[in-house]
Amino acid sequence: MEAWISIPAALGAPAAGETAAPARAVRALERAFDRLFGAAANPLRQLGALAFWFFWLVAASGIYLYVFFDTSVAGAYESVERLTREQWYAGGLMRSLHRYAADAFLVVTVLHLARELALGRFKGFRWFSWVSGVPTLVLILAAGIVGYWLVWDQLAQFVGIAVTEWAAALPGFGPEMVRNFIVEGAISDRFFSLLVFVHIAVPLFLLAAMWLHLQRITRARTWPQRGLLWGSLAMLVALSLARPAVSLAPADPALAPAALPLDWFYLFALPAMYASSPALVWLALGGALVALGVLPWIVRAPRPPAARVSAANCNGCARCFADCPYAAVVMREHPDGRPGKRMAVVLDDLCAACGICAGACPSSTPFRSGERLVTGIDMPQLPIDRLRAALERALATGKRLIVFACDHGANARALASADLAAFGVPCVAQVPPSFVDYALRAGAAGVLVARCPEHDCEFRLGSRWAAERFAGRREPHLRASVPRARLRVVEAAREDAGALAASVEAFRAELARLGPPPAGRRVKRVATEQES
Amino acid sequence: MSASVLKYAGQGLAYAAFAAFVGYFATHPLYHHLGPDEALLRLSFKHPGQPVGECRQRTAEELAKLPPQLRTPLDCPRERSPVRVRVELDGRVVYDEAFPPAGLRRDGAASGYRRLPIAAGRHDLKVAFNDDVRVSGFTHERAATVTVAPGQVILIDFSPERGGVVIR
Repeated sequence: MEAWISIPAALGAPAAGETAAPARAVRALERAFDRLFGAAANPLRQLGALAFWFFWLVAASGIYLYVFFDTSVAGAYESVERLTREQWYAGGLMRSLHRYAADAFLVVTVLHLARELALGRFKGFRWFSWVSGVPTLVLILAAGIVGYWLVWDQLAQFVGIAVTEWAAALPGFGPEMVRNFIVEGAISDRFFSLLVFVHIAVPLFLLAAMWLHLQRITRARTWPQRGLLWGSLAMLVALSLARPAVSLAPADPALAPAALPLDWFYLFALPAMYASSPALVWLALGGALVALGVLPWIVRAPRPPAARVSAANCNGCARCFADCPYAAVVMREHPDGRPGKRMAVVLDDLCAACGICAGACPSSTPFRSGERLVTGIDMPQLPIDRLRAALERALATGKRLIVFACDHGANARALASADLAAFGVPCVAQVPPSFVDYALRAGAAGVLVARCPEHDCEFRLGSRWAAERFAGRREPHLRASVPRARLRVVEAAREDAGALAASVEAFRAELARLGPPPAGRRVKRVATEQES
Repeated sequence: MSASVLKYAGQGLAYAAFAAFVGYFATHPLYHHLGPDEALLRLSFKHPGQPVGECRQRTAEELAKLPPQLRTPLDCPRERSPVRVRVELDGRVVYDEAFPPAGLRRDGAASGYRRLPIAAGRHDLKVAFNDDVRVSGFTHERAATVTVAPGQVILIDFSPERGGVVIR
């Protein structure tokens, strides 16, 4: 008799409680921030959303600056100075906000990348999101570097010279580009118009790249939690007021300032170039980008089989389509040819094999008759039929306490005992709520569902969907007639095995107080339309 | 002190730490592009060298064979000479390089760029260009004594309209 069913090896994910060292470090930091900010407002859990927020701040402040900016050699510096000095409370603030929001944008983007890397979220079905994110780094840097030219002070001149010296190492670029910045009168008003155009066009390309980056996830979070949004804005405004961005002296080809207040976030490559060589910096940065881009194919993970649809059992309800966190389910015309009837189709390359779709399927009810339970959409490696069979065996051998736990959450394996059967699933949202009803009718005294904390879900939305389904707020919902006292839904992250064990003990005591389940509630399987 | 006050204080500290990180590295540490007593010598030019061979007068028969729009009396080679540059600073040769003409047919202008930090102060500078492979030695030369302050730039350029070698 199996008291534990789990498929971590097939999933390619660490088994509950087993995590690589970088991931452990990231998770420890995140949990510390959870205590400080609350999980919903934890900045480390919404770095991508923060990146979007900072992008919009940069865009909004940039639009304001553009209104007052003079796109001419003679006027650029003066217009920025006027903005900074004469309206420090608005233009000056916007200028500083533009700079610091751009810096914060780059910082959170790099942190976002580092977090996903440490958590191993770059391979398998996530390859597209990872690879499409890499070019955004280049675009962010390009947009920022060009922005520094526009001020046309001595720093701008240095950046212009250094960047063109750097570019001269590439085939197709010559040393004559540098002349624009070192020969008196070489630069024209038209060149400034071009710079402004590039400074607007590159962020537009960046926005397109960010949009592409989100294409394989549904309900992408592009706004941070409200408290975090206002808190980060207040932080940047305070920083802008405390250390306003100012210009150096106007650009002068006859001068090369010895010490420069460099923005190290955007301009780090330029000192590196002077310390080594332009070619070496190109090689290092290009190599790093290529390495990041091919990482999903270097560090490969076995991919479990994608979800499978049974056309005969799919009624086209689209719940799996609505609940899939990775846009892996699409609705197409049903092969039976009935007008207007649709069925789910799984895009294998996008499928995370999380099982959330199987849990969403109305055909996944264990009350259905038939020796073999074939549902509308199912996981080949852990079909609903196998879960039902294991549950029935557990109940037949006297297990009275049933635990459904997420493989990515707290380790429930150790909970198995003489009266308790624990079932590990890739995501707890794979367990249809009707399984609780079924277990209680079949003799279980209680069912405990251990889901990951909502903001710590390996599959983004699974924990949330599970909570909503068991609470009756989302289809398929748990029937109202199910005694809620015999169901407990708890949050238990990977590090919370002890807390989960304590929750189980408390629930066991509560069930003892409630006494044995009411008699006469026995399982009756019913034939569905497809089976009759 | 209540837990919520501590929590808000912790959040404030986290925001302040992030702001301090961003605020500091947005301008610091200062990058010392040159030493405190250094100036910069820059060589930058863009100049088409002379044709590599002599032009030849076309005969009347040759002209007649050409399409009307191509009937120019002189037949000159397209390829241009590389531009050789030699720079001496205080009697020491710091550059002696030939910069090739641009283009697949080597018929474009040659261009070059070099930068060299030098000590501030007085220097004897001698610059020579050769833009014609048919001439041995140099076609344009200029010598000057320059005094540069720290952070100042001396630019060596080449402009036939301004007499050839330009030092400023």
